[in-house]
Amino acid sequence: MKVELEADKCVASGQCVLVAMDVFDQDDDGIAILLKQEIGDDLLDDVKEAVAVCPAAAIRLVEQ
Amino acid sequence: MRRIVVVGASAAGLAAAETLRREGYDGTLTLVGDEPLAPYDRPPLSKQLLSGEWRPEKLDLRTADDLAALDLDLRLGVAAIGLRLAERTVRLADGSTVPYDGLIIATGVRPRRLPSEGAHVLRTLDDALTLRDRLGPGRRLVIVGAGFLGAEAAAVGRQLGCEVTLLEPAPVPLAHAVGTDVGEMLTRAHLERGVNLRCGVTVAAVTEDGVRLADGELVEADEVLVAIGSMPNTEWLDGSGLSVGDGVVCDQYCEAARNVYAAGDVARWYNPLFGTSMRIEHRTNAAEQGMAAARNLLNSEARKPFSPVPYFWSDQYDMKIQAFGYLRGHDEVAVVEGDLAERRFVVAYRTGDRVSGALAVGMPPKAIRQWRQAIATGASWAEAVRPAVPAES
Ligand SMILES: Cc1cc2nc3c(=O)[nH]c(=O)nc-3n(C[C@H](O)[C@H](O)[C@H](O)COP(=O)(O)OP(=O)(O)OC[C@H]3O[C@@H](n4cnc5c(N)ncnc54)[C@H](O)[C@@H]3O)c2cc1C
Ligand code: SF4
Repeated sequence: MKVELEADKCVASGQCVLVAMDVFDQDDDGIAILLKQEIGDDLLDDVKEAVAVCPAAAIRLVEQ
Repeated sequence: MRRIVVVGASAAGLAAAETLRREGYDGTLTLVGDEPLAPYDRPPLSKQLLSGEWRPEKLDLRTADDLAALDLDLRLGVAAIGLRLAERTVRLADGSTVPYDGLIIATGVRPRRLPSEGAHVLRTLDDALTLRDRLGPGRRLVIVGAGFLGAEAAAVGRQLGCEVTLLEPAPVPLAHAVGTDVGEMLTRAHLERGVNLRCGVTVAAVTEDGVRLADGELVEADEVLVAIGSMPNTEWLDGSGLSVGDGVVCDQYCEAARNVYAAGDVARWYNPLFGTSMRIEHRTNAAEQGMAAARNLLNSEARKPFSPVPYFWSDQYDMKIQAFGYLRGHDEVAVVEGDLAERRFVVAYRTGDRVSGALAVGMPPKAIRQWRQAIATGASWAEAVRPAVPAES
């Protein structure tokens, strides 16, 4: 699966980092950064959780 | 459980519906919303949408494909008007009755209003588009209420070249919520941008020409925005037997009655982390609580208390304000990093002997995370804050 981030929507809440630290980080302004774009099954649940908690609907998971 | 009904098709309701499917629920899932639109996001309404930076489509919470994948019995543009607990049915405005085994209430809040004709409020996409079309250079915008919503609208109004007047009954805007020092610091930012702020005034009514104050003075306006707080949408639950008092009253699992849960702005639940019942009107809470309610409904044997650290952000001019925890009723505020005057700081809030909240402006995420952690673990004020600031005598 591929993770997509719409950075201009991101409100720097850091929720994604709390639930999926291996996939997301934040820059100095708090805007989310993708550490990985393609993820395997091991991280799938974490990323789904991040999609669900992101208050800006800035994260999407797309099937490849 | 074969039939679950979620009432309220916005952030909390959508999060609940998605979580039910993610957790493997494959029965009938009815999502009822009185707005005719697919779930969209509200925070941008007073920010990027009002400023004209974003088009309405950008607010969609999910794509049509994502929604289709949820396999919903979607009832949009129809309000729920009644609940019968004993029969386990929800009545809808179109005359239909929907039976349920499990129910999640996520009907949110609506703006409080003033006796007025033609005043704007700002809650729905429609509200925001109507107001946006009326703003522009030289237009006189009067905003009643200098809370976060009013302040954000004031900032956008200035950005669009409006003459903006903010009317606030309290002596210092937001002081009750964030403390006097932070309230004053936020106020200064508005004054610097040319907002005409008038504190300590009471508004009697909105008239055709503007706003009539309690002492009789008329504050002239082309457009008036009333932003004086909100009321939970619970009328449809009247007579249902559910306990309703400033929100649907829930236990620590977000349960209001057997197999009936509430989430988001409408829910008043007991948060064990702070040892008090609360109702939180924040975007992150809507999603988190929708998820928690859905999980507890499905896994009744292994329910978990919902004990989040509430989180809120607000954008005003070039400032991003971030607040964690439960600030209401705090006993003390201390600057723990940075400097208020520079608009780069973290302040911590003490309630009793605990760190109950933190608010940051212009700080990197790492500086903030440690304070969120302190709140989440119930750190004592003496341990977490005193080492950072010299003790006051
Ligand atoms: C302009 C604005 C700016 C904001 N900015 C921020 C911000 O910067 N940061 C932040 O953290 N939060 C912000 N918020 C708050 C945040 O948007 C809310 O906390 C969040 O939308 C709550 O989601 P909810 O699903 O609980 O309720 P709502 O979004 O209110 O959704 C409830 C839905 O249920 C529907 N409904 C009501 N009654 C019925 C009924 N009887 N039958 C069927 N449907 C019904 C409503 O029409 C609505 O669509 C802002 C809110 C607004 C309005
Ligand atoms: S959760 Fe969403 S809004 Fe928050 S930092 Fe991550 S991408 Fe940005």
